[in-house]
Amino acid sequence: MSKGTLFDKVWDLHTVGTLPSGLTQLFIGLHLIHEVTSPQAFAMLRERGLKVLFPERTIATVDHIVPTDNQARPFGDRLAEEMIEALEKNCQENDITFYNIGSGSQGIVHVIAPELGLTQPGMTIACGDSHTSSHGAFGAIAFGIGTSQVRDVLASQTLALSKLKVRKIKVNGVLKPGVYAKDVILHIIRTLGVKGGVGYAYEYAGTTFEQMNMEERMTVCNMAIEGGARCGYINPDQVTYDYLKNKDFAPKGADWDQALAWWESIRSDANAEYDDIVVFDAAKIPPTVTWGITPGQGIGINQKIPSPEELLEEDRLIAEEAYRYMDLYPGQPIEGTKIDVCFIGSCTNGRLSDLREAAKIAQGRRVAEGVKAFVVAGSERVKKAAEAEGLDKIFQEAGFEWREPGCSMCLAMNPDKLQGRQISASSSNRNFKGRQGSSTGRTLLMSPAMVATAAIKGEVADVRELL
Amino acid sequence: MVSQVKVVAGRAVPLVGDDIDTDRIIPARYLKAITFDGLGGGAFIDDRQALKGEHPFDQPQYQGARILIVNRNFGCGSSREHAPQALAKWGIQGLIGESFAEIFFGNCVAMGIPCVTGEALVVKKLQELVTASPLGEVILDLDTLQVQIGDYTAPVLIGEGSRKMFVSGSWDACGQLVANTDQIQGTAAKLPYISWAAIG
Repeated sequence: MSKGTLFDKVWDLHTVGTLPSGLTQLFIGLHLIHEVTSPQAFAMLRERGLKVLFPERTIATVDHIVPTDNQARPFGDRLAEEMIEALEKNCQENDITFYNIGSGSQGIVHVIAPELGLTQPGMTIACGDSHTSSHGAFGAIAFGIGTSQVRDVLASQTLALSKLKVRKIKVNGVLKPGVYAKDVILHIIRTLGVKGGVGYAYEYAGTTFEQMNMEERMTVCNMAIEGGARCGYINPDQVTYDYLKNKDFAPKGADWDQALAWWESIRSDANAEYDDIVVFDAAKIPPTVTWGITPGQGIGINQKIPSPEELLEEDRLIAEEAYRYMDLYPGQPIEGTKIDVCFIGSCTNGRLSDLREAAKIAQGRRVAEGVKAFVVAGSERVKKAAEAEGLDKIFQEAGFEWREPGCSMCLAMNPDKLQGRQISASSSNRNFKGRQGSSTGRTLLMSPAMVATAAIKGEVADVRELL
Repeated sequence: MVSQVKVVAGRAVPLVGDDIDTDRIIPARYLKAITFDGLGGGAFIDDRQALKGEHPFDQPQYQGARILIVNRNFGCGSSREHAPQALAKWGIQGLIGESFAEIFFGNCVAMGIPCVTGEALVVKKLQELVTASPLGEVILDLDTLQVQIGDYTAPVLIGEGSRKMFVSGSWDACGQLVANTDQIQGTAAKLPYISWAAIG
């Protein structure tokens, strides 16, 4: 059993008590909601005559269903309009702050909470979205929940949970040029498997993460869930504090000094005990691309699609399914795979530094003929900052479309969808069958710079050739 | 509203495959709604269409099944409760598998649907038995932690906290959580960040 880790400390500080079942009643410091998983929760509250217990600790935005081209209301999609109206009404009736489109702070929920300074070290954070693990980048215990649990948090600001084990994932060393945070997490998932993290919280530690900026750390923690771990975190340090300082909702004045001391105190102890430790060498991580239908089916850009014999026996069934669905076969190089659509954005890689890296590749080049490429900033603030640097111009001159913020084609709940068997290079987080809006559409996950490279070349290509 | 779940009994449906994610259980386009109504018809819809009637959810012998038997890491991916809601509306009241993704498992608990795990060989055997005799009754017993099909009996597992919630009828935690409002306020008062800045 783990002892003295950040996870243990934060868990203990937020424990309200033990329920008759033996589960812990855990206080949730920050609750984030959006239009997809909250309306039914509010309906359940109404049915039971319950009120929101801490309305000031729930924050709302709209992201999954928003169109990225024409955002005029009412939306063209009647169902999408119904969903945003339900959120507006629920927030208004329950006195919940809502960052709506046009507020200047709307965006993907996991992009806006950190940029507003809502996400802070030592908090417990829950949201009806599995990528809530992103917030662990700040040293918070953050995880996704379902709608009945959204109801529970609204009604009680707590959840009934059993404690997770803690696995330390240590990566040391300097990443090679052309290797990004996305490659690190794809490499970890590829190695430990998509269910390797079930039952664990992941603590990402080591010099590689220490050298990362906050946005890179968010990319890593974002995809903890793709490795089966409901939450992943990185101990807060000076990089965290520098990012938070002066953010809208960061503590100010004397509170800031108190916060720094408290944040330092909740870091994992030097002699903390872990349930498991896994070590990686940063220098051995290549630019990584997925070829299959789970985020764990990844390979280095210069590698070939593995044959069943090269895989663990337990991974063969899903591999066979992936070959058929993707129409990609063992022994085939991934490099050179023709691409139809390129998507840069999402809660994984839709932040300013992601757009900068992609723009470096796009600058002075042209999107290959026949490829549809588009960039969706993660939030209104990211979009504004990117435009202030002229990134929008760089992308547009290269032939990329420059869109309004939202989740977009990560899960295609808005009009941005693959058509038929189109294949996409995507900076998002999931390559599941049908994920990007077509039941036969195919997704290759990679870093934003690699997506930009694929857009320019019209096929999967090695980003290092364009650096 | 709360009821004990000690035994789930009925016909079963085997679904062979690892890492079946929640996008496959219910594609995102079905999430464009403000209620959970009407999700049953969308369960596995893309897989069903691809298999043109050969998906277990479409095969006549499995209609009316209450227990779904799956393999490894079932329900991985998105936190959408729409996934278990779709399965429940199709008729599923309990699941047996090699392993389940955590958020999916938690959603099922909150809905009163137990997900129990068994050894890979046990699950495979159960799937074979149900395929051979789809009309046979499967009994999933949370008191004895056993599953029974005909004269075959095998042990299954579920976390003790979750098991207690089912058998005592406290799987809907909301009431219990709300009842502790004083302790909740007490815990909040001790957290330094609560007083730093008004966030909402």
